[in-house]
Amino acid sequence: MKIIVPLENKSLDAPVCPSFGRTPLFVLFDTEKETEEFLNNEAAASQGGAGIKAAQMLVDNGAKAVITYRLGENAAQVLNAANIEIYKAQDGTVKDNIEKFKEGKLSLLTEIHPGFHNHGGGGK
Amino acid sequence: MRIAVLSGKGGTGKTFVSVNLACAAEKAVYVDCDVEEPNGHLFLKPCITECTSVKVIVPKVDPAKCIGCRTCVGFCKYNALAYIKDRVMIFNELCHSCNGCILLCPQKALKQTEREIGLIEEGSSDNVSVLTGKLNTGEVSGVPIIKGLMKKLPSHGTTIIDCPPGSACVVMESIRKADFCVLVAEPTLFGEHNLSMVYDLVKLFDKPFGVVLNKCLEEENPSEQFCKKNNINILTKIPFDENLGKLNSEGLIVVREIKSYHELFRKLLEVI
Repeated sequence: MKIIVPLENKSLDAPVCPSFGRTPLFVLFDTEKETEEFLNNEAAASQGGAGIKAAQMLVDNGAKAVITYRLGENAAQVLNAANIEIYKAQDGTVKDNIEKFKEGKLSLLTEIHPGFHNHGGGGK
Repeated sequence: MRIAVLSGKGGTGKTFVSVNLACAAEKAVYVDCDVEEPNGHLFLKPCITECTSVKVIVPKVDPAKCIGCRTCVGFCKYNALAYIKDRVMIFNELCHSCNGCILLCPQKALKQTEREIGLIEEGSSDNVSVLTGKLNTGEVSGVPIIKGLMKKLPSHGTTIIDCPPGSACVVMESIRKADFCVLVAEPTLFGEHNLSMVYDLVKLFDKPFGVVLNKCLEEENPSEQFCKKNNINILTKIPFDENLGKLNSEGLIVVREIKSYHELFRKLLEVI
């Protein structure tokens, strides 16, 4: 199964990026093959709708689950339409989160925020 | 003459200055472009004679015609479209009505539909004709409503345009057709900063302008110092006066209640 996580640099030891739509990078991790692939987030520079574009890329790359701190409502609509599971990230590295996901210790993300629409949203 | 009243932030006194300028004129048109929270009507209490819906064009997909080429998704700069599970998803609130997706669709699977985002009310209050733009709750951009208001501006006579706060697109749209800009400023450092933002904007638009210093106290006024430093014309100073606050809170119009303020606003009109 392929899962995807937003992160700030190309290392599984990096923390999960607090932003979904405007994260600089995603890592696509294959839990069966234990392989990873880093994807640049082209949506990060969008004027608007970054979450939608990022979600589209996740779907196109065959991800079945996402681990993120938070998600805007538009991105959630895209991921839901594609039946992608959305999990709430926990503090720690991307690697920690992937391990917890494999052990079934992550809970589903239930809080969907209405989107920042270019009005900030710095911390997590 | 079309006079736009603007300020870098809310609560500075745009509506106060706009409404009183309009009422101090013999005859005027007051246009409320603060479409997210129009409040001039609370003072003017116009008798509404006409109400027009403001609509924007958004695309609608015919799934039977769509072949999933994603031309529309790739084209949209605002990411208002996605293609998931063999279907186009459309996010109406992100659409800027450019029509590009509809024009480019090789299958002609997208067509125009209309969506209401707000309305324009027209009415009158004694000597003042009132135009109010109202954006529906939850909508992202008031620009189409302001464009609608601009189409209704009279070509002559005194028109007062009450702008939204700040210096973003909605303000640019509101001052585009103005002959003169009145910048309202508070006597604080924050007020000075906000004044500098709208000052930059009116210079960029090459509009004649002047400043109204509102809520003035005896103490030093950073906004006044900013005007002096930049050789900006100070049109008038309005004192910090509890009576004004009281009348405002009761929804009363100051120039219709206190003679000295009627004088002040008459003079302000003359100066402009």
